[in-house]
Amino acid sequence: MAKKTFKEALNSGKFVVTTEIGPTKGTNIEEMLHHIDILKDKVDAINVTDNQSSVMRICSLAVCKLIKEKGGEPILQMTCRDRNRMALESDLLGANILGINNVLCLTGDYISVGDHIDAKPVFDIESVQLVQTVRLMEQGKDLGGNALNGPLKFCCGAIVTPEADPIEPQLMKFEKKIKAGAEFIQTQAIYDIDNFKKFMQYARKFPDVKIMAGIVLLTGAGMAKYMNANVPGIFVPQSLIDELAAAPKGGGLKAGIAIAGRMVKQLKDEKICDGVHIMAIGREGVVPDILAAAGL
Amino acid sequence: MIVAEKKPFAQIKQMVQDRKKIMIMGCGTCVAVCMAGGEKEVELLASQMRLSNKLAGKNVEIIEATVTRQCDREYMESVLDKARECDAVISMACGVGIQLLSDLIEEIPVYPGVNTRFIGTNESEGVWLERCMMCGDCILGETGGICPIAICAKGLVNGPCGGTNKGKCEVSSEKDCAWTLIYRRLEKQGKLDNIRAIFPPKKHGLHVNPIRQTNEAYLHAEMEEAHHG
Repeated sequence: MAKKTFKEALNSGKFVVTTEIGPTKGTNIEEMLHHIDILKDKVDAINVTDNQSSVMRICSLAVCKLIKEKGGEPILQMTCRDRNRMALESDLLGANILGINNVLCLTGDYISVGDHIDAKPVFDIESVQLVQTVRLMEQGKDLGGNALNGPLKFCCGAIVTPEADPIEPQLMKFEKKIKAGAEFIQTQAIYDIDNFKKFMQYARKFPDVKIMAGIVLLTGAGMAKYMNANVPGIFVPQSLIDELAAAPKGGGLKAGIAIAGRMVKQLKDEKICDGVHIMAIGREGVVPDILAAAGL
Repeated sequence: MIVAEKKPFAQIKQMVQDRKKIMIMGCGTCVAVCMAGGEKEVELLASQMRLSNKLAGKNVEIIEATVTRQCDREYMESVLDKARECDAVISMACGVGIQLLSDLIEEIPVYPGVNTRFIGTNESEGVWLERCMMCGDCILGETGGICPIAICAKGLVNGPCGGTNKGKCEVSSEKDCAWTLIYRRLEKQGKLDNIRAIFPPKKHGLHVNPIRQTNEAYLHAEMEEAHHG
């Protein structure tokens, strides 16, 4: 049986699971191809990050195409940091003709957090406007007001940071993304499920959008503390830090996999949201272990 | 106002290293207020250069002058003759003043004594903050008098990114999150509806540099001149 498209999976009512591949910085892609091979049949779709954390890598579009060729279902991540509206529009068209039908619209981290600090930050448009652009091009028009010779068609999503502080302006933007036409939302990492439940109570006011909770694999207490101190919008509760710290030496990763698996299971069993997006940043190989721990 | 910073002395020294008679020209407006290129800074740079040349055993004449506004032709006339007697001029004005001076004394090379950085406000003593990117399509009426183009590192017009951090920015904890400021101010004004609608992409077509602007009253005269001239 042919694999379901991501859109079909989203609309099937099942608990949707996606993960991500961070493209290689260079042309030695054996390891990345291996990760694609072990993940493509275990998840509903694989996001491909776009110069994530403002670090230059293989472009998302090329890796999406490789996933497609291997029979996987890619989600093209597009940030507005490195391309103006023309370049974004032409990449959307290019992706569509290559059979890439899912896109995640992001603004993108600022240039200075990455490895090309003197590059020109573009931000000609931003995430909300990029979602609008996808929908506009589906109507057969571009941002210049010109007609397209053949419209595009995407399953189009965006992101939200449920732990953002302050939260009100973040939620206002979330509503704009839905108004612009986002079908699905993948969240920034969440660790406090009670907090997340509160967010979901609010998000359920928008029944047409599917919400996938972001699960970022923790590999030790040090990483958890680092993220609390340095990554805006991420909050790891002390109980999880203690659990990781209690792991035997060298057992941090195993404890992190158990935590991630447990969270996925709870989100699914209690029907808290519509799915999960698992980010194993640099440890893509253990995503199947997280799924196994979740009973998926 | 335009905010500039002094160039490092070593860089200035190198630019004019073979010159025998140098004018240092300050500007009495923006760069004087931000303590980068006014009369005092001219005096300081002149002393540094005299001392440095003396130590190096060089005989270089340094002339000081500061005009009210280096970006305005009418204030420049009085110093041009003196400038033309020199073999280099260091302008301590913003990039605009430096260019006008160079236009006026074409044969004499003009070197920048400052780096021109932004237009902004004086926040507290000795502190300036960028406030306007001169986009030519002002939305301050909607955003509570706080510019997201200038204050948000990404220039976002539809709300904060996920990097918003307890009222600060992901780029630096020294920078405020523009959208936290905007949201809080509009909340106080009871005007949050201002920002619920989606703002369209900025019209960058409005800013094709260099922009030339002619006052309405002068448009006719300019056209006449073009016609007859």
